[in-house]
This record gives sequence, structure tokens and C-alpha cells, in this order.
Amino acid sequence: MKQPFLRRLLPAATLLALLAGWEVLVRVAQVPDYTLPAPTRIATTLWANLPSLAASWWFTLKITLGALSLACAGGVLIAAAFALVPALELALLPVAIILQVTPVVAIAPLILIYIESTTAALLLCAWIVAFFPILSNTLAGLRATDPNLRDLFRLYRATPLQRLRLLLAPSALPYFIAGLRISGGLSLIGAVTAEMVAGAAGRETGLASRILEASFRTETPKMFAALALLVLTGLLIYLGFNLLSRRLLGRWHASEQR
Amino acid sequence: MNPAAPSVKLDHVSRRFASGLLALEATSLTVAPGEFVSLLGPSGCGKSTILRLLAGLDIASSGCVEAPALDGHGADTAFVFQEPTLMPWATVWQNVWLPLRLAGQGRSQAAPAIDAMLSHVGLADFRNAYPAQLSGGMKMRASIARALVTRPRLLLMDEPFAALDEVTRSRLGADLLNWWAEQQFSLVFVTHSVFEAAYLSQRVLVMSPRPGRIVHELRIDEPSPRTTDFRLSPRYQAICRELSASLEQAQ
Repeated sequence: MKQPFLRRLLPAATLLALLAGWEVLVRVAQVPDYTLPAPTRIATTLWANLPSLAASWWFTLKITLGALSLACAGGVLIAAAFALVPALELALLPVAIILQVTPVVAIAPLILIYIESTTAALLLCAWIVAFFPILSNTLAGLRATDPNLRDLFRLYRATPLQRLRLLLAPSALPYFIAGLRISGGLSLIGAVTAEMVAGAAGRETGLASRILEASFRTETPKMFAALALLVLTGLLIYLGFNLLSRRLLGRWHASEQR
Repeated sequence: MNPAAPSVKLDHVSRRFASGLLALEATSLTVAPGEFVSLLGPSGCGKSTILRLLAGLDIASSGCVEAPALDGHGADTAFVFQEPTLMPWATVWQNVWLPLRLAGQGRSQAAPAIDAMLSHVGLADFRNAYPAQLSGGMKMRASIARALVTRPRLLLMDEPFAALDEVTRSRLGADLLNWWAEQQFSLVFVTHSVFEAAYLSQRVLVMSPRPGRIVHELRIDEPSPRTTDFRLSPRYQAICRELSASLEQAQ
């Protein structure tokens, strides 16, 4: 398994084999489309409905990335505040944990009642799911700063800004990125879950609403087409953050050394 | 002798930690300008506490501490830890830049001093390497380069060679003597190795644990530079024997 070629080929071949098996199974057993469409059928449906699906995809992507950006900002700011003022962490961490352990499906209906704008409500739901991994990881990263390096910065009379920029931020970066990789997937899940609860409400609708819509009409191939787009989005987010992690940490951090 | 030489002094200093542990009891010591003093003792005898007090990183519970770091001269004091304590995300060059950078020196302003120091410690070819790519000895060289780049007047070293193999350790020891002779800083060197203390220092203070205090003092009037011959001489062996005996007693 040393060869990079084989390392890439094996997962790709496995996926192709699964798809081919699926195709063959559906054709041989003559499974009707409304039960289980073949991959080729899903692809053609996707192609035929591309304009409308793409618009929905764009909406879901906006919610996902919007919530993720807000989760980054919120998670990092709250972690920094917790690290600076321990009393704040003592007071607020339980709230953050309660938010984290409450299933978002369960609070989404409430949020949709309280917040008039559907987009804002969806953003909030996805944010609630996504911010905690970033908060807890960044906090752990800030805590994990080498105590000897801290002493060195004290000895050389570093200003708080220098300490933040040259010591705390780089120390916490690998932890933050680990959080980001988790939150990237979670924000997509949060966005889709909230959309499912919201149903077809609002002027713009995302992929989840298209799935619901298609299921009411038993348009199974269309459900699968929307699902395929969701899977693709999740994969792209995952790969994007892998790339980012390698770019930022590749040269020095153990997590990226091979 | 350096006219602006710093005063480095502990006068009846005690340090009791919040846990109630008395780390250091009524300890007095003076380090002359340009002197190489070793603190020798088992772990937990307050050696590191003395260094931290001199660096202004810890505060005495009672007694009086005089050191350049306490007069607001941060860059006059440098500290080398047992671990190289390099920033893993920064190159060797950037690591050595750190103290100058914290003092407000930009890249180009600091470059001559950094480049000179890297050649001096033999790391010129590794300026762009990351710490993870270096051997233990090279990491320690980078750490020492970072300490010396500010031309400190007091260097504090906390068992800097303890984690290194024997060959690397003795070569770094010899190099340290050269750097010390050239830059003429005062050096307080913490070690638990009798041989290291005997070979390197002008004066050895033997410490005993619980509570930490100085129990024995030995002056070694061997001129610099010290050669391998010194290590093989009967005198060196006598010094080692005396230090070992007083360490034994101190336990």
C-alpha cells in the first residue's frame, strides 16, 4: 500500500464497483424506478432537473457555509474569551453544552416560530450544530500552548497582541482545523435537518425541501438526485478542509506528516 | 570586566509553593559578572526554582533577589530549557528571530544578527528547516542560538543537555565553553551530572532536596579553554569525587 497510485485507485475502484453492482441489480431484478432507481437513471434525472436543483443546491450551500463561517467566528471568539476569563467559561460552558446535546430537530420548530425569516432560522439551526466542535477544540488548543514557550514570551516582555499572534494563534491552529473538519460536515447536516423541519416554507428552498417535495409525489429518482448533490457537497467540504489542513500544517504538524 | 555588569544575587531567599512545599530555604548566592556557575543536585532540590527566580518568572516568598530581568531589562536575560522549546510552526531562522522580533525588530533589521548567530552555532545550512526535521542536538543548538542572539548578560540553562546522547552532549558542552568565552555572559547552569558540572564550570554549588538549599561550594580554578586533557587529569577525577561525595551526603 506504499504506492500513491494504488492508494487512490483502491477507493475509486470500490466506489465504481458498488455503483456497477447497484446498476446490475436494478436491471436484472427489474426493480421499478419508484422503489429504487438505477444510478444511470439518477444521473439522467439530475441532468434533466439541473437548473432547478442547482438553485436549491446553491441555497443549501449558502446556509451551510454561512452557518460554518458564523460558527468559526463565534467558536473562536467564545474560546478566546473563555481562555482569557476563566469565570466566563465556568458560567457559560453549561449553556454551550446544553445547546450541543439538544437535538437540533427538536428545537428547529421553535426557532422557526420565533424567527420570522426562514433563512435566518435555518442559519441559526445549522450554527447551533456547528459551533461547539470549533469552540471546544480551539479552547483545547489555546490551553495546550507549551508552558515553556509561555515563559519565554513573558521573559522577553511580549505584548498581549504579540502573544496572541505569535504564540496562541499558531498553537491553537491544528486544534481549530480539527474542529473545522468536524463542523464542516455538521453544518451541512444542521442545514438539511432544519430545512426538513421548515418544509417548503419560504420563497427560496434548499435541497431538503426538494427531497420532501419529490417524496410527496413519489418521484424517487429526483429524491436520489437531490441526495446525490448533498453527498457531493459533503465530500467537497471534507476534501476542501483536508487540503486546507495540509496547506497550513503540512510542514510542521504531526497530524500531517507521513 | 564589563562595567555595566548586572548584579545577580539571592539573599536569604525562600520559596514556598501554594501546595505548602518549601522548594527553596534561605538560600544565598552571588554570581560574578562573566562567571560560569553550576547548580548541581538531584531533582526536586530547587535548582530550577532558582533559575525561575533569576528570570523573574517566579517570585520569592521571602528574601531578596537581584537580577537584570527584575530591573525591566528583559533582553539582558536568556533562558534555555531542558527541552529545546522551539516553536514547531516556525523555521529555525524564525525561531532565532523571536526575541528580536518581540523587541520590535523587523526581519531585515534582525537578519544580520540572526545569520551570524546561526553560522556561529553551526546551523547556517538549516535556517529554513522546521524543528521536526532536526536532530535533538541541532534543536538544542537552535535553542541556544535563540538565547544568545540578543547578546544577553545573563544566561540561565536548566539541564539543557540532559536529554541528549553522550557524544552530542560533550560536543555541545565544549561549544558552550567557547560561546561563553566569546560573549562573556554570566552563566547559571543547572545540572544533575557531576561530570558536566566539573568539566564546564568555574564554581559548583551542590544542593540538597526537601527543602532545597546549598550545602557545598567548590571552586574549580582550571583556566579556559578546557581541553580533553583536563577530563583525563587526576585533578578532574578528584573534583568529580568530591562533588559525588557531597551529593551523596546531601541526599
